Amino acid sequence: MIGERLVHMRQKLAQQPWGLWWIQMLRMTRIELRRNLFSWRASWIYFLAFVPTLILFIHLLADTHPSFMLSDDTNVLAGIVQFYYLRLGIFFGCLGIFSRLIRGEMIERSLHYYLLSPVRREVLLLAKFAAGSISAVLLFGSAMVAGFVLLYSGFGAAGRDYVFDGPGLSQLQAYLGIVVLGCLGYGAVFLLLSMIFKNPTPAALLVLGWEAINPVLPSLLQRISVASYLRHLMPVQVNGQGIFALLTVPTEPVSAWAAVIGLLVLIGAVLFYSCYLMRTLEIRYTTE
Amino acid sequence: MSDRIVFDDVSKFYGEVLGVNRISLSIPPGVTTLVGPNGSGKTTLMNLMTGLVQPSSGRISVLGLTPGDAAEFFTAVGYCTQFDSFPRGITGWEFVLDSLLLHGIEEAMAVDLAIESIERVKLGEAARRKIAGYSKGMRQKIRLAQAIAHHPRVLVLDEPLNGLDPMARAESMALFEELGRQGMHVVISSHILDEVDRISDRVVLITGGYLVAEGDIHQVRKEVHDKPMQVLVRCDQPQVLAARMFAIDHCVEARLHGDGRGVFLRTRDIDLFYSMLNGIAAEGLVKIEAVAPADDDANAIYQYLIGTEGSAS
Repeated sequence: MIGERLVHMRQKLAQQPWGLWWIQMLRMTRIELRRNLFSWRASWIYFLAFVPTLILFIHLLADTHPSFMLSDDTNVLAGIVQFYYLRLGIFFGCLGIFSRLIRGEMIERSLHYYLLSPVRREVLLLAKFAAGSISAVLLFGSAMVAGFVLLYSGFGAAGRDYVFDGPGLSQLQAYLGIVVLGCLGYGAVFLLLSMIFKNPTPAALLVLGWEAINPVLPSLLQRISVASYLRHLMPVQVNGQGIFALLTVPTEPVSAWAAVIGLLVLIGAVLFYSCYLMRTLEIRYTTE
Repeated sequence: MSDRIVFDDVSKFYGEVLGVNRISLSIPPGVTTLVGPNGSGKTTLMNLMTGLVQPSSGRISVLGLTPGDAAEFFTAVGYCTQFDSFPRGITGWEFVLDSLLLHGIEEAMAVDLAIESIERVKLGEAARRKIAGYSKGMRQKIRLAQAIAHHPRVLVLDEPLNGLDPMARAESMALFEELGRQGMHVVISSHILDEVDRISDRVVLITGGYLVAEGDIHQVRKEVHDKPMQVLVRCDQPQVLAARMFAIDHCVEARLHGDGRGVFLRTRDIDLFYSMLNGIAAEGLVKIEAVAPADDDANAIYQYLIGTEGSAS
């Protein structure tokens, strides 16, 4: 009985127009990127992404870089990723990028054009999510790389040794992985919130609070958090002082792979529910 | 595959507010006009037809398709809504081309179709400019171009004449008429009843979310029994004709035309009226030049059935 169902389901899946959906997804993503990636409206997100880069640039110009300071600066970079990018930059940047994708189009009364196109609504949502993710990753990823280069270039030969012959490159790889996963995770969450709430900002602030207290919650609840998974991927652990100590409470140890898979499962679940909401979405601009 | 747009006992409620109630319709190919006052449910019907809103109860199918299967459905259907807004920062050309690219067709073909539809609405070089700088009429045209670009079999147009100058309005009407003649379904809601009346094969009258009447305009007019039909008879001796006809029971009003070369007659029994008129013509007393119904247009029917003065909106 179950076998028959599986065969039937497999046949049904094979009959779906995957080729068409793929082409539509690529084109939709391209259109979204062209319309939204380079826009003056997003300038505050560029600012969020590149503030640390600017500070590191000033640090490069203004300060001396004796080699004994290299480990201190490595910790500063880890702090910037852990306390700034994950908690503020990527968080609010993704709020701006992803809440625009559906809710923003409803406010501007242009979502119906997409809903009247011959694109399955799930494909539409996933294409928008892909476009938002590419935008966020490009922005925060390039800011991350620029910050890394600026930080270590001041140390000259010692910096080059640290990067190419030491742990530098693997740390950069880990930071980029964290940026990608952070953008996908917060992106999925804010896309969903923007579909549920007309104004997703209060809900986003609740998420911010939840992420802050998450380390002191029971281990089951810790799994419903983006930051808790990313914390386990940090190549350099930084202990916070004062209020920041709350963000670095040691939690149940989780392997890097388990953290990545756990976060991807969370993202998948959030996107699945978003697809369901998209399927039943109605255009009623008068209520916006 | 069905060739009809079918509403089967469809109701739509927005919370506690009625959108439309228990609408059953079967719309054949040709030009169909939705007529009704503001808030009567015309746009709701169109949004239901295209899946922008879901029915609270009942079933809708367009040529046997439902919006759930977006690829097939929106290849067959084009909808020009009355929402006067566009994605930010794009040109008219990008607006039309982007929507065609989402059909999954080859880019070269999409370009050809975009050129064709923009030419069809006569937007010309303005299509290369940003939509933000368009006049209302140009925005209306580019929306129409986008709706017809993929050669749909069903074209749904919500107030398509809004903002158009008289010339553009006449061109649009000619286009709709041509599309209807080609066997397409063209569903129009418009408050410019005099104009759409000329090209409509059918009317659907709704008010307060309820279907009041539907069908061929002349047939609907005949069914409005409590309003005697008015006929204009052009003849050489209108006074003589008026006297003869007014003597008949079912003729309730006779009024001379302003130019003195015709008479408006109101009758409760149109078949008997035409029979009597033939008799008078055969007698040779009056030389009849032309006979035409004077109040079986959408505007008159609207006023008789929905009961307000002026045009629908």
